[in-house]
Amino acid sequence: MDVSQYLEIFIDETKEHLQNLNTQILELEQDPENENTVNEIFRAAHSLKGMAGTMGYKRMQTLTHDMENVFSEVRNGSIKVNSEMIDILFQCLDALDEYLTNIQQSADEGTNENEALIKALNEQMGAKGAEAPKEKKAKEAEPAQVTERSKKWLEIKLDDSQKSVISRAAAQGEHIYGVDVIVQESCLLKAARAFLVFKAIEKYGEIIVSNPSAQDIEDEKFELEFSLIVVSKGEISQILDAVKNVSEIEDAVGEALDVSEYIPEETKKQETAIVESGSSEVPEQTKTDAAKTKEKKQTAVSKPVVNRTVRVDIEKLDVLMNLVSELIIAKNSLVSASGTEGNKGTGFNEQIEYLESVTTNLHESVMKVRMVPIESVVNKFPRMIRDLSKKLNKKMELYMTGEETELDRTVVDEIGDPLMHLLRNSADHGLESAEIRRQRGKSETGSIFLNAYQDGNNVVIEVGDDGNGIDTEAVKLKAIERGVITPEQAENMAEKDIIDLLFNAGFSTAKVVSDVSGRGVGLDVVKSKIESLSGEVEVKTKLGIGSTFIIRLPLTLAIIQALMVVVGGEKYAISLGSIQTLEDIPVSDIKLVQSKEVINLRENVIPLIRVNEMLDIESAKGPDDNLMVVIVKKGDKLAGLVVDDLIGQQEIVIKSLGKYINKCKIISGATILGDGEVALILDTNAML
Amino acid sequence: MEELKDKEAFISAQYIVIRLGDEKYGIDIRYVDNILRMQQITRVPKVAPYFRGVINLRGEVVPVMSVRVKMGLEDVEETKDTRIIILKADGIEKIGIIVDEVKEVVTLEEEQVDRMAYDSKEEKSAFVTAVGKCGEDLISLLDLHAVLAEQNQ
Repeated sequence: MDVSQYLEIFIDETKEHLQNLNTQILELEQDPENENTVNEIFRAAHSLKGMAGTMGYKRMQTLTHDMENVFSEVRNGSIKVNSEMIDILFQCLDALDEYLTNIQQSADEGTNENEALIKALNEQMGAKGAEAPKEKKAKEAEPAQVTERSKKWLEIKLDDSQKSVISRAAAQGEHIYGVDVIVQESCLLKAARAFLVFKAIEKYGEIIVSNPSAQDIEDEKFELEFSLIVVSKGEISQILDAVKNVSEIEDAVGEALDVSEYIPEETKKQETAIVESGSSEVPEQTKTDAAKTKEKKQTAVSKPVVNRTVRVDIEKLDVLMNLVSELIIAKNSLVSASGTEGNKGTGFNEQIEYLESVTTNLHESVMKVRMVPIESVVNKFPRMIRDLSKKLNKKMELYMTGEETELDRTVVDEIGDPLMHLLRNSADHGLESAEIRRQRGKSETGSIFLNAYQDGNNVVIEVGDDGNGIDTEAVKLKAIERGVITPEQAENMAEKDIIDLLFNAGFSTAKVVSDVSGRGVGLDVVKSKIESLSGEVEVKTKLGIGSTFIIRLPLTLAIIQALMVVVGGEKYAISLGSIQTLEDIPVSDIKLVQSKEVINLRENVIPLIRVNEMLDIESAKGPDDNLMVVIVKKGDKLAGLVVDDLIGQQEIVIKSLGKYINKCKIISGATILGDGEVALILDTNAML
Repeated sequence: MEELKDKEAFISAQYIVIRLGDEKYGIDIRYVDNILRMQQITRVPKVAPYFRGVINLRGEVVPVMSVRVKMGLEDVEETKDTRIIILKADGIEKIGIIVDEVKEVVTLEEEQVDRMAYDSKEEKSAFVTAVGKCGEDLISLLDLHAVLAEQNQ
């Protein structure tokens, strides 16, 4: 079977299962007795195994199989969860992750057999209590041998008529066998060989069903394996020998099937047998009524509701987004046409209003499709903190809120590394050792928190700890030592400026976000990453109490609401998200503080920025005219931008200026107005 | 005959002949995306002086530079002949250059092209790779990568 088309789905789903396993095992560590968790883990491991098997990733399958065995024993209560086991399981997850990375890069799982891990898993199994029933051991041992060949026949789906054939045959005393046939890799005429295999088997019995279907096998639509279910009066060994006699057949394996699985009526009688044999080896697809009955028997098998997700190719979304952009431009031209030609017919205006509501809705829904919860990124952090806690030998606890906060997909994909880096920073350097914490009267277990929430057009993610905080004196000394600042400069620096030094590239020694963390090491990477996403980072810290890194990110990147202003006859756009208020200020209200212009607005002293000066253009206004001031905020800083005139609010499509002309810091992009004119977008963050 | 054919396939190239002041320059046609009449240019502050700003090219924002200023020639008023040539030098990003006039398209064979050595002291010669002879005319062939390269002034 050609499985390459399923590769993407496989990778996605494996990621999900791995994440799920990580979360659940963490939970299990906290609460080893929780049956629900064990069941959930078991199920995830089982699905992983099935998927890996289907895709032909044998090593992955073997590892998950052994993990599954351990969970199965835990579920049966024959072994207890201990911390050593949890460690091994986490290592297994890492190994699986490694396989997955290999698969992602080369569609091949790699050659790492992870024998040590498998051995450790089996030792866990060996450690199970002597009270474990003997036949159970036998049951576990037997599949372990055959798993090499993975029992593909169990994946064959049977319809009712086939089931009835089986049950009739069983009633007549015939045996039901599942057979896997593996063709040699060098075989050139696979279909022909398969035909010979069919012939050989038919001497001894009847082939009920094959996977892939007989037609597909005939058309050579299979890789190297196919599986069959055979009804025969003879012994399985006869059939297997006959198959192996066909040339270019690598191997054939098979065994008698538990007929009861296909005969619902008899389920009740054989229930006990099924509970023992069916638990670990029946893949989802063949779960028949028998399996369902079994599930009912177990207590509280409640699968938590999983987010139903639609996977959409991001390129398709981009196309959709571009279309919407075009539509908005078209709308804008209509708006401007209606303004200029004196065409004030009400019908025309209604049409425009309608078009406007349509485009707004369309924009919103497309944006929503692009939005994903940051959950997918932050979910891996509890595990990371747990590992760090062990590695650094510090007790710490991660508290997360707002995992459901949504961000643009592209942003979410990029935000993981910076967040991870900040968390490592907190764990490694923020939190003090247990002794110091005790001396300071803090609880021995350090707290690290990650809070996400939406704030207007921004999403704020705070990463912090209740640790030592940033020692500004130490930072100062280090900065002087590194030659980032001179001692004289250091004298006059405000605390905030000193903290900002941490983000200075010259301050950092590491070039990329890596395993090694340190206050100031790699923080510039964090900052530049966040800034490349049009976001910003701020630090709040108090020595001895803790520090918090506050990341602000825009909800979306492509279309924004903006205020259009005029400066010196040129039109500029200012993102509405950063605007606080608009003020009309008489010139007499301007005060001078340190020869800088400020205004006192409702008890706030706000510095004024003459936008025309920043843009190297003459203001069209006279020196005595009232000032039109746009009050903008960046974090908790405010500033007043002095512009000549306001045009109004508009939805604008952000366009890049391109690589040739992106040197201008205070311009974040351009947009095309309704009349085709290009207007530049002012980056107020860069102006403050 | 064989030899001639080979050469033609190998070396002959088409150039768009433009005028800057009194001189004619050639631009390799492979890099030309479009030729536009002058249109409204939005100034972009705080960029190199040779950048005139950006224009709207069918919904795309494209930067435009003045080759005159870039090459150290004096700037002139635009006329009805002034054109913007949209180039795609790297195959992806578009950029416009303003020229005084677009004359014609010529095909130059290898023997019509003389490579130039970098001995001239004139600033603008740094942008010229070769000289093409087309009848009586001499056409300086522009090195677009030098023209578009960033300049610290």
